[in-house]
Amino acid sequence: MARRNFQAIGSTADIAFLLLCYFLMTTTMGDQSGLQRRLPPIPDAQQAQDQKVNRRNIIIVRINSADKLFAGSEAMDISILKDKIKEFLTNPANDPNLPEKEPKEIEGKTYMVSKGVISLQNDRGTSYQAYIAVQNELVKAVNELRDDFARANFGKKFSKLSEEEQDIVKKAVPQNISEAEPKDTGKK
Amino acid sequence: MSKFGSSSNKKEVPQASSNSLSDIVFMLLFFFMVTTQMRETEQKVKVTMPEASEVAKLERKDLSANINIGSPTLQYQAMYGTDARIQLNDSFKTVADIRDFIAAERDAMSEAERSLMTVNLRVDQDVRMGIVSDVKQELRRCSALKIMYAARKPADKN
Repeated sequence: MARRNFQAIGSTADIAFLLLCYFLMTTTMGDQSGLQRRLPPIPDAQQAQDQKVNRRNIIIVRINSADKLFAGSEAMDISILKDKIKEFLTNPANDPNLPEKEPKEIEGKTYMVSKGVISLQNDRGTSYQAYIAVQNELVKAVNELRDDFARANFGKKFSKLSEEEQDIVKKAVPQNISEAEPKDTGKK
Repeated sequence: MSKFGSSSNKKEVPQASSNSLSDIVFMLLFFFMVTTQMRETEQKVKVTMPEASEVAKLERKDLSANINIGSPTLQYQAMYGTDARIQLNDSFKTVADIRDFIAAERDAMSEAERSLMTVNLRVDQDVRMGIVSDVKQELRRCSALKIMYAARKPADKN
């Protein structure tokens, strides 16, 4: 009796092993993470020229085909891009050359919301790695501003806020990154 | 012959209990069933994702469509060369095929969930932006506007 019992257990282990091997072969570890973005819709032919943004409200971040970075008009190392973007979006000294801020009412409270837009441009020859590195710095700048805002207004980090509070912060510190139409410069 | 030099040879050396073996294997099995996902397609292009520290997890994996861009793996290089190619589902495609691919992916989803579809761009870090821009323009034309640049978190956490 004992022997029969042992055999039965042995075969369950075998079956489970087979199943295990099957899953090991046919599946992959999930690694679905990344930077989420929303592409702008294709503009209609009539309203294509309508969108005019005040010059001071826009910063052009450009990566050329040699992966060199330009922000505004100056060449820049990627390590200082984040601080430049943060200064651009907050405009602490109310510099007339930096974006204007407008009071906006969100959920009953009024916040000063920057009208700044980051325009990201690249060449066809830009490497994807450099492009993602710059995207990452831009997102990091916005995330840090959101953290600062959340601490100042709610006393907590952004990630610790409730969903409604996160929505408020998102509206107060918008992530306005525009990915411009590709330019046909640089060799393919 | 007693292995452990025990003095009592009257009793048989007890069999190592294999009762727990099946439990352990089952536990491993469940671990893999939960943490992994079905490999839908064979990778025909090599994709080494770039690193980015600000990545966010995709919430609904089932609502994503994958577009792989990279240079073909060794076995396909003889046929397709080493230039970056687009892989949709199981085969090499061109930018023009993206429209059909997106339409097919949309059809596979329920009506209510179609607007939540995310296109997951899995692009190799050495690819030039030209082909990625073409894909993005095509996605805009198909009004598949939610995209995600797949990236991995850097190993060191600080």
